[in-house]
Formats: sequence, C-alpha cells, structure tokens
Amino acid sequence: MTPVITTPYVTNYLTEHFADDGYRTLKGYEAKGGYQAIRKALRMEPDDVAAAVKESGLRGRGGAGFSCGLKWSFMPKETDQMKVLIANADESEPGSFKDRIILERGPHVMLEGILIAAWATGSSRAYIYVRGEYAHPADCAERAIEELYRAGYLGRNCFGKKGFDVDIYVHRGAGAYICGEETGLLESLEGKKGQPRKKPPFPAQYGAFGLPSTVNNIETFAHVPFIIDRGVDWFRGIGTEKSTGTTIFGVSGHVERPGLFELPLGTPLREILGHAGGVRHGRALKGVIPGGVSMPILPASDLDVPMADEFLAERGTHLGTGGMVVMDETTCMVRVACVVSYFFRDESCGQCTQCREGTGWMNRICQRIEEGRGVPADLEVLGDLPGMLEGQTICAFADAAAWPIGGLLRHFRDDFEAHIRERKCPFPESFEL
Amino acid sequence: MTPETRKKIETLFERYPRKRGALLPAIYLTQAEKGYVDREAAQDLAELFEIPPVAVWEVLSFYNMFYTEPQGRHHVYVCTNLSCSLRGARTMLKSLEAHLGVKAGQTTSDGRVTLGHEECLGSCGTAPMLRVNSDYHENLDTDEAKRIVDSLE
Ligand SMILES: Cc1cc2nc3c(=O)[nH]c(=O)nc-3n(C[C@H](O)[C@H](O)[C@H](O)COP(=O)(O)O)c2cc1C
Ligand code: SF4
Ligand code: FES
Repeated sequence: MTPVITTPYVTNYLTEHFADDGYRTLKGYEAKGGYQAIRKALRMEPDDVAAAVKESGLRGRGGAGFSCGLKWSFMPKETDQMKVLIANADESEPGSFKDRIILERGPHVMLEGILIAAWATGSSRAYIYVRGEYAHPADCAERAIEELYRAGYLGRNCFGKKGFDVDIYVHRGAGAYICGEETGLLESLEGKKGQPRKKPPFPAQYGAFGLPSTVNNIETFAHVPFIIDRGVDWFRGIGTEKSTGTTIFGVSGHVERPGLFELPLGTPLREILGHAGGVRHGRALKGVIPGGVSMPILPASDLDVPMADEFLAERGTHLGTGGMVVMDETTCMVRVACVVSYFFRDESCGQCTQCREGTGWMNRICQRIEEGRGVPADLEVLGDLPGMLEGQTICAFADAAAWPIGGLLRHFRDDFEAHIRERKCPFPESFEL
Repeated sequence: MTPETRKKIETLFERYPRKRGALLPAIYLTQAEKGYVDREAAQDLAELFEIPPVAVWEVLSFYNMFYTEPQGRHHVYVCTNLSCSLRGARTMLKSLEAHLGVKAGQTTSDGRVTLGHEECLGSCGTAPMLRVNSDYHENLDTDEAKRIVDSLE
C-alpha cells in the first residue's frame, strides 16, 4: 500500500526532498548532495564530529529530549569490544507518525546520520529497530541498506576509509509499545521479552548483547548530516536557544488537515494548528496533547506556547515526540482518559507492581466514571494514583501512564465531576467509545 | 519447521553477536508457514537456538504479532487509540463487528477474517484506518472499510 501522507505539508531542510520519489534511492539522494556530509566527517577527527553535534545543541527526537552529542560522549573510548548503535524506529507513542515518513521517504538521510554517528563513536554495527507493524517502512529501509552494500559504501572500509567498517541491519519488532523504551528495545533485540532493564548500568556501558551501545531515535540521526554539512552555527540559528533545529510535528484529531509539518522548534502552537487548517467544522478548541498521549494535555488557553520543551515544561507538560492530538469542544475528557488509560493498562510489561496494578486501577476508575457509576471518592483515588506511579518503577513507562491522567484532572476536573453528579456522560456529541 | 525455513534462519545468525538475537526474525519465518507457531514448531525453534522451549514460549506470548493458535486467512485490525477514536474508529469497528458477525478478537466461522483492534499504528494523521495483514488502508469511512473487508478472499 502506498502511504496516504507521503510528505509533510510544510517542509524544511530535513524533509525538503521527501516528495521526490527518486530521493528514496541512492542515486537520487546523492544527486541532492547526499553522502557528502559523511565524506566531510571522515576528513575530521571522530572527536571533532562528536563535539560539533554536541555544540549544535541537537536534542533527541524520541521523546526525552536528551543532548545527542552528550549521549555519544558516554561511549567508552578505549575498549576491545564491538560498539553498537541502535536507531529507534519503534514509533508506537499514540499520536506520533513522523518516523514512518523518514523510513518511507528519506531512508538515506537516516542512514547517513547513522554512519556519521558510527564514525564519531567508533561503532561498527548498527541495528534499526522498526516496529513490526511497519512492514512497508521496514522494507524501504532494507532496500536502502542493500543499495549501500551494492555500492560498496557499507561493510569493510566504508566510503573508502581504511578501517572504517560498519554493518547495518534492520531488526523488526513484533507489536509491543514497551520495546520503544531503550532497554526494553535492547532485550527485544537480544531475542527476549521486551522488559526494560534496571539502570545503571546504562547502555553505553552494557547495552545490546552486553556491548557498549547508544540508542537514538531515527529522526535524531536524520538531523546529523545537515549539522555536519552546513555547520553548527547554521543549526543553532534555527529553533530556540535551548531547542535547536526543526522537528517534524504531527497534528491529528479534530483538525481540518491532519498531517506532518517540519517547523523550527519553538514555533507557537497556534501557528502549527493554523498549518493544519484549524479546528474542524469551525468548532472551538478544547485541548491539545502536545507530543504523544504520554504528555499532559494543554488547555485551549495555552495556544501561544512556543512548542519547545523548555516552554512546555513551564506549563507542566513536555514536547515528547511532537505528535499533537487536537480535541474540539464536543470532546468528553473522561472518554479521552478511558482510551489513554486502557492503552497503558494493555501495554505495561508487568514487572513493577505500581505500574501493573496502577494502570489497571486508573483505567477501571475512568471507565466507571464514564459509565455514570463513579462516586466522589473515585476522583480522590484517581488524583492520588499518578503520584504513586511516578518515579517509582524500573522504567519511565509508569510516568508516561500517570502524566496524561494527572493533566486531564488538572485542567478538566469539571468533566469528571459532571459525570459523577449527573450519573451519566454529559457529552452526547463526543466521539464514540 | 521445513528444511527451507531452517536454512533461512541459519543465515540470520551472523547478523547478531549471539544467535539468540535472531529469535524474533526466526519466529516470523516459522509463523509464515502456517500462520501461527504450534508446539512442535516452538520445540524446533528451541532446539535450533539451544534454549529451553519455555524461553521460546515466553517470547511468543509477549508479542502481539506472534500467534500460537490458528488464525483467519486475513487479519483485519482497526486502530482504536486516541487520534483514530476522535475520528470515528470505534464507530467503524462496531459496524465491522456487525457486518462480519464477530466481536473484535474473533474469527469468522468460515475462517476468512480475524477481526481485532490495535493500539496506535502510526496512521494518526490519516485516521481512521485498517491494517489488513501487513497493508495499511487509511482515511476510511465505514462503507469503504466494509468494501475492503468484503474484497478479501
Ligand atoms: C515507554 C517508553 C516508550 C518509548 N518509545 C519510544 C519510541 O517508540 N521511539 C523512540 O525513539 N523513543 C522511545 N522512547 C525513548 C527511548 O527510551 C530513548 O530515550 C530514545 O530512543 C533515545 O533517542 P533520542 O535521545 O534520540 O530521543 C520511549 C521511552 C519510554 C519510557
Ligand atoms: S514501569 Fe511498567 S513498563 Fe516499565 S518496567 Fe515497570 S512494569 Fe514494565
Ligand atoms: S491513533 Fe490510530 S494510528 Fe495513531
């Protein structure tokens, strides 16, 4: 099947040529100046490449926003062990659909970024972990890798650089959200259940198969060639002081024109919604989830917030993946809570009691309130639950499960109270549950 | 497990520092034979990977895309996560349930379709959607979804 959204509606450097079918091929990519950045990087010292990425301020695009260059610097320098890079294309955070387009429309940008990272960190192996449902996107990545091998760019002495040996493989997941969490991913890559590991040790010390490893989101890798090619100052000139470059925002839900939009970090929420044609059917906005359903919701009054993590953090939420979900005035926020809490209940890996039990409780309470069987005490328990989950577990999944419920209660408590008072859902026009 | 499948699996071992890494792709190859992995096939995998059968079983049961029971000839999944639900996915799923006479999670009596719902599939901007086997069908309405399901052999 050909994808329906083939390219972002607003493009910038990263997605500029995504609409061009030829860009997916090695030949087409090179015709647009592709694989020049890796050649430039190979003329530099690995440490200087890593330093440039750190200077650029590039932050991870997988949800946590950690400094990319800093993470690379954790890889041990003196070691006899093989070092491993992992490109995270598990993309399962509800509301996020940007990584898919990179695999389908710009696989070589991602591969060039991985190669530059391999040079900078001394890695000789990379795995692209693609969620199992992304069969077509994974095929696209595999085809691009085959082209590189055929051209003699991968394997031994990549790009003619003696001793620069890199192999890249696609590894397909099999349907488990938790495998996006980096240590759950490592377990899955090793052929096990995707249950996250206790940290420390961190992946740079003990990663895939016990080898020093670095996990980055595939969009993070895809920005790297542009930083090397055009320079740190150019990159720092885009976005905000603390969040540099562009990102591929996704907008879905109740808008006229859902889609992807590559815009500088820090673009005001209002402007991004404008690109998506605004709220559909001319209705009023009720709330926006800024970056995947794990991130606490913003009320309509926060429309002028710049979409960068430092500004969103001031409002009690985060940028996450930049996959925004828009809800209009008809939306019942208790139904939203039901959908979101069901997801976390379903996807908890079950290792930690707080997470395994807490996600179930949250879901059952939300469901009960929605069905008009809620009592005031339910709201108290629901209000206490996020605090019982946050920061108490092996991985950040439990926080991701707690935050949206906390956010909905903070901004839309009235919706919950009305259900309990009226003993039914007072939003007849809301989406069907 | 057929000798061909075994051969294909063996070529994957070199991709990983330890051959256990090839277990997920190996399960996919094994599952492709009959559409699910039965006890015997799981036993074959355990022997090939030199791990206890329970280790294979544990992996099979952890991942949604691995099946240990016979499945319909086609898998039809509706994403019911938030972006899709906001655009009518659950209404669409209910019509498909009525149309096929099964509930999500069940297989039609003629073995043609296994219907299900799934969590976000990365089609949030083109919702609602159906995943039919490994293909995505996006920007659907209920009538179109029914047409797609009816066209399956
Ligand atoms: C529950 C959970 C799910 C995650 N899912 C993904 C995912 O699907 N894709 C991704 O890139 N990062 C995901 N992450 C973040 C990764 O753990 C990791 O931080 C990220 O891949 C690092 O890449 P980055 O620094 O380039 O963003 C997830 C984290 C958690 C806690
Ligand atoms: S927090 Fe939840 S998902 Fe993470 S390890 Fe614990 S049980 Fe598993
Ligand atoms: S919410 Fe349905 S595909 Fe993302």
